[in-house]
This record gives sequence, C-alpha cells and structure tokens, in this order.
Amino acid sequence: MIYRTLFGVPRRRFGAPFSDLEGMRRQMERFINAFGDGPLAREGAGVFPAINITEDADSYYISAELPGVKSADLDINATANQLTLSGERKISEEAAGARYHRREREAGRFSRAVALSGDIDPDNVKARLVDGVLTVTIPKAEKARPRQVAIQ
Amino acid sequence: MTDTKELKVREKQEVASPAELTKPGPVFAPNVDIFETEKAITLLVDMPGMKAGDLNVDLRDDTLTLTGDVSPDVGTPGEKVYVEYETGRYYRQFALSEVIAQEKIDAKLSDGVLRLTLPKVEKAVPRCITVQAG
Repeated sequence: MIYRTLFGVPRRRFGAPFSDLEGMRRQMERFINAFGDGPLAREGAGVFPAINITEDADSYYISAELPGVKSADLDINATANQLTLSGERKISEEAAGARYHRREREAGRFSRAVALSGDIDPDNVKARLVDGVLTVTIPKAEKARPRQVAIQ
Repeated sequence: MTDTKELKVREKQEVASPAELTKPGPVFAPNVDIFETEKAITLLVDMPGMKAGDLNVDLRDDTLTLTGDVSPDVGTPGEKVYVEYETGRYYRQFALSEVIAQEKIDAKLSDGVLRLTLPKVEKAVPRCITVQAG
C-alpha cells in the first residue's frame, strides 16, 4: 500500500485523475473560471512549469513539460523534503527580416519549489530531460519507506 | 527582449479532434511560432514528449496537418498522486497561402520542439523589378 498524504505546496486534485468524472469537473472549473476569478480561479499551483507527481514504495517521480529547454539552462536542487526546479527557457532570435505571423511560444525564467510529504534522499535524486520532458526520480529516505512488518 | 520575463503556466489547449477518434484521450493544440522570410515559411511547434517516429507532418492541397501521439511510456512509474497536466495527441492544421516547394520541406524535432521549414517555390520568391523611365 502506498501511504498517501497531502503535499506541502500543491494540494489539489488527488485520486484517480484521468477518470471521466474528473475530466468533467475540470471542464466545469474552466468554464467557471472564464467568468471571473473566484477561489477556483487557478488550477494547480499556477506556477510554471506544470508538474505531475507519481509515487511508488521507493520513490517519488516528478515530471514536467519543458520543450526547448536545454539541460544546461535547468537547475534542480534537493533538500531534505523539498525539490526546486528553476531555469530559463530561451527562444533564439531568428534571422533579421523574418516577419512573424504567430508568436505563441514564450521565453522566460521559471522557478518552482515542490514540497514532498516524506523525507527524501537528496543525494540520489536523478533527473533526465528527454524530448522536452523532464523526469526527476527522487528516492525516499530510508526511514520514510514502508516496511513490511512480520506477524509473529 | 523577453529574457528576464517570468514564465506563467498556461494550460494546454484542448481541441476537438477532426474526426471521431477510435482511441479515447485528450487532443491538444500545440503552441506555434510562425514566421516568414522571403524564401521560406518556418514553423516552430512545442510538442513535449513527442518522438520523431510518432509525428506526422502532412501537406496536401495547401493544408498542413500536424498530428502525433505522445506515447504513454513517457509517463513515470507508480501511482499518480498529483496531476497538473495531461498528455495525449497533438493536432493542428494550417491553410497555407503560399505555394510550397514540397520536395524541399525540412522537419527537425529536437528537445520537444519541431522546426518545420517550408520553402516557397521559386516563382513566389519576390524579385525586385526596376522600372525604367522612358
């Protein structure tokens, strides 16, 4: 069994996230948000980048979509129970004389701190950036892992 | 110019797919930059998680269609405990106003960004014609 607690910073939408009901609820939320900013105004923590977190008995896994971000422009720091992602997304200037028809992609700095519910092993955090998707594997601290208890 | 701007989180834009899908799942419109020079039209498309083999770029009858599925293997193992974004299919279509030299189209996918260069056919490249007085 996985012990599930609330994460420090982000604390909305737990449970089975891809169920139809959840999708519908989100649609509704989006609809409501279109008419002013009440308490539901922001989905998630509202901080770039959007992240997903999964968890198994040994580790937490954080993933984020960062298209066009080079690993050299990305900083990941881990402390006892917190992970910080920061960096910059750069969009190179195109040749002079280029006329833009659309500009939807954005460049800029970002920084996000994620507090995890249990202690982690900050020395063994691993990160991979493949095809614009960052995956951080965060092993849980030895004492935070679930232990099988033998019944005598 | 935008160097020091703080990035804001933007929700992925979900779109209705052109035809009913046989496989359920969300469809997103990727963000694009489009610019034009005298010789070519270039598209830069954000498609995080996309593998080159899964991306389909199709140009016919002046309609450019980009489709691709992000394979679910991109996700992380374990039980989902917190979700802010979803992955699925990307779909976006553009009507091109210029005649494109189809054989010279160049598509590169790196770090989840597609760079698609559509060279204009020679005819459409503007030429400066000097008007002589006489």
